[in-house]
Amino acid sequence: MPDFLLEIGCEEIPARMIDDALQQLGMRVGELLAREGLGLPASVRGFSTPRRLSLMASVSPGQPDVEEQVLGPSVKVAYKDGEPAPPAHAFAKKVGLSLAEVKKVTTPKGEYLAATVKKKGRTAREILADFLPKEINGISWPKNMYWRKPSERFVRPVRWLVAMLDGEVVPLEFDGIAAGKTSRGHRVIGQSQVEIPQASAYIEVLRTAKVLDAQERLIQIRKALDEATRAIPGARWREDKSLLDTVVNLTEYPSVILGNFDREFLELPAEVLVTVMRDHQKYFAVEDASGKLLPYFLAVLNTDGDPQGIIRHGHERVLRARFTDARFFWQTDQKHPLRERGEWLKHVTFQKDLGSYYEKTLRVQRLCSWLSESVRQNGMAIRPGVIHKAAYLAKTDLTTDLVKEFTELQGIVGGLYARVQQLDEDLPESTRFAIADAIYDQYKPESMEDSVPRTVEGAMLAIGDKADSIAGMFALGIIPSGSRDPFALRRQANGIVKTIAEKKLPLLLTEVLFAAREAYRGSEAEKKFSAKVDFNGAVQDFFRERLEFYLRDVLGFKYDVVNAVLAAGADDVVDAAARAEAVSKVRPSADFESISVAFKRIKNILRQASETGKQVGAGIDGNTLGESAEKDLAAMIPVTAKAVEELRQKHDYEPALVEISKLRPAVDTFFDKVMVMVEDERVRANRLALLATLLKEFSTIADFSEIVTEGK
Amino acid sequence: MNQTKPNPPTFQDLILRLQTFWADRGCVLQQPYDVEVGAGTMAPETFLRVLGPQPYKVAYVQPSRRPADGRYGENPNRLFKHLQLQVILKPPPENVQELYLESLGAMGIDLRQHDIKFEEDNWESPTLGAWGIGWQVMLDGLEITQFTYFQQCGGVDLDPISAELTYGLERIAAFLQDVDSIYDIVWARDPETGRVTTYGDVRLADELQFSVYNFEAADVERTWKHFELCEAECKGLLEKYAALEKGQNPRPVSPKNGETRTGHPDKKRFPLLGAYDLCLKCSHLFNILDARGAISVTERVGVIARVRALAVGIAKAWVDQQREAPTESEDEEPAGRKEKAKKEVAPAVS
Repeated sequence: MPDFLLEIGCEEIPARMIDDALQQLGMRVGELLAREGLGLPASVRGFSTPRRLSLMASVSPGQPDVEEQVLGPSVKVAYKDGEPAPPAHAFAKKVGLSLAEVKKVTTPKGEYLAATVKKKGRTAREILADFLPKEINGISWPKNMYWRKPSERFVRPVRWLVAMLDGEVVPLEFDGIAAGKTSRGHRVIGQSQVEIPQASAYIEVLRTAKVLDAQERLIQIRKALDEATRAIPGARWREDKSLLDTVVNLTEYPSVILGNFDREFLELPAEVLVTVMRDHQKYFAVEDASGKLLPYFLAVLNTDGDPQGIIRHGHERVLRARFTDARFFWQTDQKHPLRERGEWLKHVTFQKDLGSYYEKTLRVQRLCSWLSESVRQNGMAIRPGVIHKAAYLAKTDLTTDLVKEFTELQGIVGGLYARVQQLDEDLPESTRFAIADAIYDQYKPESMEDSVPRTVEGAMLAIGDKADSIAGMFALGIIPSGSRDPFALRRQANGIVKTIAEKKLPLLLTEVLFAAREAYRGSEAEKKFSAKVDFNGAVQDFFRERLEFYLRDVLGFKYDVVNAVLAAGADDVVDAAARAEAVSKVRPSADFESISVAFKRIKNILRQASETGKQVGAGIDGNTLGESAEKDLAAMIPVTAKAVEELRQKHDYEPALVEISKLRPAVDTFFDKVMVMVEDERVRANRLALLATLLKEFSTIADFSEIVTEGK
Repeated sequence: MNQTKPNPPTFQDLILRLQTFWADRGCVLQQPYDVEVGAGTMAPETFLRVLGPQPYKVAYVQPSRRPADGRYGENPNRLFKHLQLQVILKPPPENVQELYLESLGAMGIDLRQHDIKFEEDNWESPTLGAWGIGWQVMLDGLEITQFTYFQQCGGVDLDPISAELTYGLERIAAFLQDVDSIYDIVWARDPETGRVTTYGDVRLADELQFSVYNFEAADVERTWKHFELCEAECKGLLEKYAALEKGQNPRPVSPKNGETRTGHPDKKRFPLLGAYDLCLKCSHLFNILDARGAISVTERVGVIARVRALAVGIAKAWVDQQREAPTESEDEEPAGRKEKAKKEVAPAVS
């Protein structure tokens, strides 16, 4: 089978977009091959650098010719009195056969004329030239541009195209560029033009032009990082997957240099040093065996080496300037300690309709008092004097030069400053450190992989800050929908759920959010709130989804277990997680499964009853119970319910569920022996009441009817 | 210590070399614009020239004032006013990246001895209603140029687009001369005496005094007044231009007498360039007020929107004026091209 090669040559594609774009292109072309009968999607292989997205595949030379049966008019219409009528002649003409060659076939609708026609398959070359431009155009980019006509968009200008089947060009055109056999090498150390003689020689030809595939670059970079670090005894480079991905996608032919910086910069906090190296300079940090930073860095170059040390010298110079800046900012920031900066927040916008960070600070302070009180009443210890102060100082680092320069360090810088500054007269050091830690952790967790705040006080502040943002935005009508979530409210809500769960905080989600909404009462911002928003309803739905996401995607509970548990309450995170845990444990037992089936049946019966207007008794009337099966079940309900309720109160969910599953024989017998929808209205209403009671009493831990049971 | 650059160019040599390079590639060498701007993009040679269909190539040095970035001359890497060398290529040639890399050679940088990367960096100016897609060009870890394909300016979609190359001259000079402080850059070396004049000699007093002015001395009330006066005058001009548009005769002049346009005779002489200067003044006065800490939260967003409204108004009027009062060369273009140009005035989708 011929080898196919496609290379889209482009000006530098943003590193963050390359992997996804290549995958999209591979999928699209794979589907094209399958759709046109040219090959298997699995045979498509990708190749990428910042300047090219390429695909290779084995494809058939063309589609096979196929025979197709074409249906014509019905025999009734085509023949009049046994003689061919005009429709028969017309059909024969259409398919290019003589009337004698036209067959008759029997279909469910009757007898029809039919003909077998040969369809000539198209060549791979034709098909690829026709369809590939559409597939290339179909890649969706987070941000694209135009450079010729406003209607032609791509991530960056396309500068060349290679499309080949073995040694032949596939004549396709994209954005005014015709495909050929000429690729381009590395900008500086490779040839500017390289001819690809055969599609199968692509990778090797590019290698001579100093261009390597991503996988190979990754291996080369790791190896080079290891080798360079070996120069320093006992040192290792700090592993960083996302930084590796970035530098792989910034290079076509990578090498690594080891540089150093003045030891005195190590006096700056490691957080600051690492941010400068990793986020601003894309350098790897070097540390000793205990994880302490060493005055070295590793830079990944897009060239084959630095024999004279010129490049190293340049990188060292830049890093020195950056560190000098950071130290300058650190020092000037100390002239005005955080405690002086509270009022400065009046000049920093939080959100245009929600006012300044100063106003936010005061709201979060009030909300945090409420949160602490609520938690304390439920028996959790909170250190006095920490939260109030931490909430007041939390955002003051936004006014510092260091945060203005390194915005990703917000919170962290506040925490670091709070540790070294006097926050108040006579504040014991332990309190100061607790305040500093809470400020430091206020944005945690920044993702579901990130850890939650270390202390309860930090958790309160982190929850208060996020809840204030969510409540304000929701009240303004800025509610995430689909992919629209400009203020990352989902991430913040996920953070609240995770923090409550992991810190086991006795807080109800909706109460936290209602309290956050209360903190806006009487404010200027409140005048901007949307009258169209059902705040309570929107918040409830939103957090139910977030909790569902947390239980299912983060904790890994099955979706039906999560549905069952949340149907019985979605407000208490810790409790919902405990219930999900218990349900997951008892779920495999036969009794439990049977109960689930029975509850589904009960729900259906009650729904039908309600739809057909059948009355359900107000309670179970003992005198109306006739059959022994219904008497037995009725007798069991209060006993079991009492036992279950006692266990439930103690949050002993697993034994409670086991208790419920013991109802199984009685329930099974009931459905075997007793007919619910009988003619006698009184008996029927009483039996429905029995089922309704059963459902109500035993759906407090989970709604078992949500559990998916196999084959039943 | 840098073995490869025994004779690095002085600051003024660097400028001369870049200007020569771009002049040799067909650029008009403009002089710095004489109104305070925050970036070379704001000079009319960029902001207005990128609008409309006329091709243009220009290069110029633009002193760029950013009051809030001042550091009293104490920080070796930060300046209140820095110099940009700005190149506009409209439309961008296909080999624009290669041309740019050649310009580095002209400065004395041998790429084979360095590490060069184009890293994603998109540019946006909310006050100008302008944005583009591009890169920061990194040389041995140092950002030396902002490379942008303009997509929209003054809220107008560009057709054709322009490539904008903005060289950070101080950074490049410090790199070439291998000095750690901007103020140690050799600005000029007297060929006869060998006497050196440094960047500090030339500019340190500016940095100190303007930092004091911008952060401490500028009178807030009077600066606000300046802002409001400039804004009012600019708005007044835009209103007058709009009145010209409305007052014009919408009926096409009969083609019989050789006229095909519905033009207004006064449009061509209307001082939109004057209006744009006023808009630039507003932008700079806003920056001073901001540095002075005089803009409250509620005001800030609003004031940016006010400057933006001026910039967008001028851009749209400018496109209209160019169409109404075309230059000789545009006269010869086929009618279809003009139809197309008209569509540019439509508000851009963001």
